[in-house]
Amino acid sequence: MKIYFPLRFPISFHIVGIIFRKELRSYFNSIIAYVVMIVFYALMGWFYAGNIFLNNTATLRDMFEYAGIIFLFIIPATTMRLLAEESKTGTIELLATKPLHDAEIVLGKFFASWAFIALTILPTLVYYLTIANVGGLDNGPVIGGYLGLLLMTGVYIAVGLLASSLTENQIIAFMLGLFFCVVLFFIDKMLFAVPDFAVSVLQFLSVDYHFSNIARGVIDSRDIVYFVSILGFSLYLSVVSLQRRTW
Amino acid sequence: MAIAVRNLTKFYGSEKAVDEVSFDVKTGEILGFLGPNGAGKTTTMKMITCYMPPTSGSIDVEGFDVSEHSFEVRKKIGYLPELNPLYLDMNVIEYLEYSALLHGIRNGLLQGRLREMIDVCGLGDARHKDIGELSKGFRQRVGLAQAMIHDPEVLILDEPTNGLDPNQIVEIRNLIRQLGRAKTVVLSTHILSEVQATCDRVVIIHHGKIAADGTLDQLQEKFHGSETICLEIKASVANPMIDIYPKLHAISSVESVAYTGQNGDLHRFSVQTQKGIDIREEIFRQAIHEKWVLLEMTRTTTSLEEVFHSLTTPEAP
Repeated sequence: MKIYFPLRFPISFHIVGIIFRKELRSYFNSIIAYVVMIVFYALMGWFYAGNIFLNNTATLRDMFEYAGIIFLFIIPATTMRLLAEESKTGTIELLATKPLHDAEIVLGKFFASWAFIALTILPTLVYYLTIANVGGLDNGPVIGGYLGLLLMTGVYIAVGLLASSLTENQIIAFMLGLFFCVVLFFIDKMLFAVPDFAVSVLQFLSVDYHFSNIARGVIDSRDIVYFVSILGFSLYLSVVSLQRRTW
Repeated sequence: MAIAVRNLTKFYGSEKAVDEVSFDVKTGEILGFLGPNGAGKTTTMKMITCYMPPTSGSIDVEGFDVSEHSFEVRKKIGYLPELNPLYLDMNVIEYLEYSALLHGIRNGLLQGRLREMIDVCGLGDARHKDIGELSKGFRQRVGLAQAMIHDPEVLILDEPTNGLDPNQIVEIRNLIRQLGRAKTVVLSTHILSEVQATCDRVVIIHHGKIAADGTLDQLQEKFHGSETICLEIKASVANPMIDIYPKLHAISSVESVAYTGQNGDLHRFSVQTQKGIDIREEIFRQAIHEKWVLLEMTRTTTSLEEVFHSLTTPEAP
């Protein structure tokens, strides 16, 4: 048996860019993009914006919390088709027999999803502008919040993409992606049953823990390293999974 | 030599899908890869196009080995996979552009290539339509255009006419023949007439092994050096196996006689003779001599259909 190393030769970002543009366009050609955006804004409006003045403090803390939880549930729906559909329809064979690398396919799709989510987040600047107008808003936690939100959604997308690479059934890809996201989010939430020494380990594995750290406005390299490694590891596994055909 | 396949073997788990297959494809040739469904045609093509690696053996495409120089091989191959997968939500021109860009065609050449493919494949009216709206025949043209977009030396087409109606089949075959003038083409099919209509040479594969390799004429000659004459004789005889059979068998150059049916006084025989020798006259004289009434006499040469059938059934020679 030959083992094909996924990162054997240099990746062409020209090719990544071509796949990125195609995938981003296909988001907006399908109804998924609009459904996801509408669901996101509706839930944000209901959970957050409705209470924006009740809090009586000039902070966006809650906004980031809510956005993080909503994305946890809707990102798997935006990533489920990325690779599952290509395997199902056989178009993956067209990509895999062109002179390009599997990692370029994965990266192109990842960045397209990420850009789409970033575009979805963009209009929440309205909340920022509203609150900043009303009272003195500390910009540190806002920058940290947006950075943390982007990194956290990046991790959700990466594990969703991994889920999508594991099956050709989009429903299974969605459920699996949701499962990965939920595990990463809730792993530090029920710590009463866990022995002390494990608490810090589980906390370190939790996306929410690192997100909260960054959202406080303190950008610590440990949190960045956490996000980048989970994200990179998931993408790496997606490439490995795409190469199952060569085993 | 455009493609040289040597001792190619592929296991799926413990199942052997392709078994020590070797063949060559000459530059400029249209090779038909013929076999029943599940014979290993698609698996072999997937290995030639670098979709999956062989378990053992080697494939060389235009001087490049598929395992060592996969990228070079992929640049030289245009591939139409089985069932012609396409992005149904893209329109024709977008899709061809995407394929072209992934093949590294730079912007200067892009428009020219797109225009040429649209002309050659007759996609002019469909270019701004979503692929999902197109008929199967047009989708097949898009699949071929996609395979040709980077002007590859070698075209690998896996069942290019599968699922098309008879008119569309004729169109696609003409297109392949037209494209095939300047390219090396390997096309797989389980339909024999396809090979007869388009190919210069045929490789018949069965149970993962090569059952035959040659031009159509060569195969016909090689596997059937005999002709068959069907007879219907009216004669009141007690036992046709004693009264008729030996007399037919006695005619010179008859190789075998089979008694194929009876209906009262009517007896049917099928007589095998050596190829190129016509014994109808002798049979006629024999009938007069024996006072049989000859109701029917037809001479048939074995068709390629039968060659294919005999090669791909368990009793294959």
